[in-house]
Amino acid sequence: MGVCGVLLLRHLLRRILAFNLMGSGAFLVLVGLAQRDDIANPVPQAMVLTGIVVAVAATALALALARRYHHLSGRSSLPEGGDD
Amino acid sequence: MKRFLVILAAVVFVPILATAMVDLAPAPLDLRPQVAANLAVSGVSHQVTAVLLNYRGYDTLLEIGVLLLALFGVLAATPAHRDIAPARAELIQSTLTRLAVPLMILVAGYLLWAGAFRPGGAFQAGAVLGAAAVLAHLVGLVPGWQHPGLWLRLGLVMGFVVFLAVAAATLGQGALLEYPPPLAGTLIVVIEAALTLSLGLCLSGLFLFLSRGEGVES
Repeated sequence: MGVCGVLLLRHLLRRILAFNLMGSGAFLVLVGLAQRDDIANPVPQAMVLTGIVVAVAATALALALARRYHHLSGRSSLPEGGDD
Repeated sequence: MKRFLVILAAVVFVPILATAMVDLAPAPLDLRPQVAANLAVSGVSHQVTAVLLNYRGYDTLLEIGVLLLALFGVLAATPAHRDIAPARAELIQSTLTRLAVPLMILVAGYLLWAGAFRPGGAFQAGAVLGAAAVLAHLVGLVPGWQHPGLWLRLGLVMGFVVFLAVAAATLGQGALLEYPPPLAGTLIVVIEAALTLSLGLCLSGLFLFLSRGEGVES
């Protein structure tokens, strides 16, 4: 669902939200797969912690860029290339 | 047309992914025994903290670097600032925030210390500090940040520099970030403290530098 959102949505802010949705889904899969019918596994949990922090930083940067784009051009979606 | 194709591909992908996940064989490489076995010499007694700061300390070093990079990007994307009056807030919000912010700083300190024994640690504490700063900014206690001055720059960079210095020191004596066992606990606490401060500043900066951008009127 997140992948659909990133590819199809045109409003920039919604694209960022969809990207985050994708990332959170991936994190959940990572942690869940590592622990199947067993005790918790700390290694992928640590990896996912790092991943969450990096995703937050990337979201902040994406939001800053989106805001700057909006300020410079007054629009909230990138110009479509005329694809079908 | 493009919409249809993308949605079709996604819908087809989901059951494939689900069956693949359900049918996966158990992982051939399970690191849990090694993590538990070496916990005694790692300097902390919580497994996730040991993984983050000792076994995979290199990842954490790069992580703080990535956060600083994002902050530089945010600084670059924010134009020159104007003087904006801080936001006025309702009485209830303001009072609750004045009560909550010192408590949040205290919680951050506790999380930093508890990281050795329980879930916690530098990144969690830094996140709480960042949230406290954003909360204070929302009610007008802390104005939006301008171009960072000397102290702010020093604070932001200090966490990364301390971690890098420890990494360089251990590199001189053997493998990268391989703490000598008697010093491991102390080194981890020092690194975590510097990281917490830097992270709190970095995360607050990610919001507060933005907030003084193009015309956030009160």
